[in-house]
Amino acid sequence: MEMTYRSEDRYLTIQLSGELDHHAAKNLMDSIDRLLEQTLPVKTFLDLGELSFMDSSGIAVVLRAKRRMEALSGNLVVINIPRQAARVLETAGLGRYVDLL
Amino acid sequence: MKARSTNYIIFEFLSRSANEGFARGAVACFAAQLDPTLEELGDIKTAVSEAVTNAIVHAYPDTLGRIFIKARVLEDNILEIVVQDWGKGIPDVEQARQPLYTTGGEERSGMGFTIMESFMDRLYVRSVPGKGTKVTMRRRIKPRRTGL
Ligand SMILES: Nc1ncnc2c1ncn2[C@@H]1O[C@H](COP(=O)(O)OP(=O)(O)OP(=O)(O)O)[C@@H](O)[C@H]1O
Ligand SMILES: [Mg+2]
Repeated sequence: MEMTYRSEDRYLTIQLSGELDHHAAKNLMDSIDRLLEQTLPVKTFLDLGELSFMDSSGIAVVLRAKRRMEALSGNLVVINIPRQAARVLETAGLGRYVDLL
Repeated sequence: MKARSTNYIIFEFLSRSANEGFARGAVACFAAQLDPTLEELGDIKTAVSEAVTNAIVHAYPDTLGRIFIKARVLEDNILEIVVQDWGKGIPDVEQARQPLYTTGGEERSGMGFTIMESFMDRLYVRSVPGKGTKVTMRRRIKPRRTGL
């Protein structure tokens, strides 16, 4: 699991690549928390385009990022969702809570 | 649950999160002989990942324990996967299988069993508090004609 990001004018894009499971999620949640505190974005795009695998651990990562963004009065949009990850997010009905593009 | 098996693998590992990728990958490699589509393979990997993560997170919350996996090919192109632990167990399996039910707090979403149920054809959960949990999943892989 790798995380890269770009921040410009308080628009943040976080790109994830590799496999997002429970093993990866532990560190990832901390990294995202820290990044949001540093950059204080008004809008965050979570780009899943390079994820080769995601399980329910990813749902918790997305929901947590969304809550953190709400606390900053900003919002979160999840973009470039691969098919396998989309099936997981859809099964969890996450579209009702988070903007999935 | 009597069914003739034409092939199987068995493996066991310690409940370290670093083994999650190995476990789902090994079962996916074994499943490849059934010629699954990428989507079917993704479903199988996801279901195994859910069961294994549950054993690591919930069965052995503050210890390291044994996780056992058996995958078999049954007649009619059916893949059966058993994930077993000897950890805490589940007091009320029916409640645990409900969507959003979790004892895992903010780090979990309570969707693991729901995902296993919808990605596989069958899900059986047997659990005894203090003794452990055995999750059995089955999925029929649609036979495909290749090379035509
Ligand atoms: N192997 C197990 N041993 C002990 N308890 C378990 C086991 N598997 C599941 N449970 C219990 O069942 C509950 C529901 O499991 P489920 O996988 O559906 O959700 P979760 O693990 O809490 O969250 P998620 O899978 O979405 O990260 C768990 O919170 C836990 O209390
Ligand atoms: Mg789970």
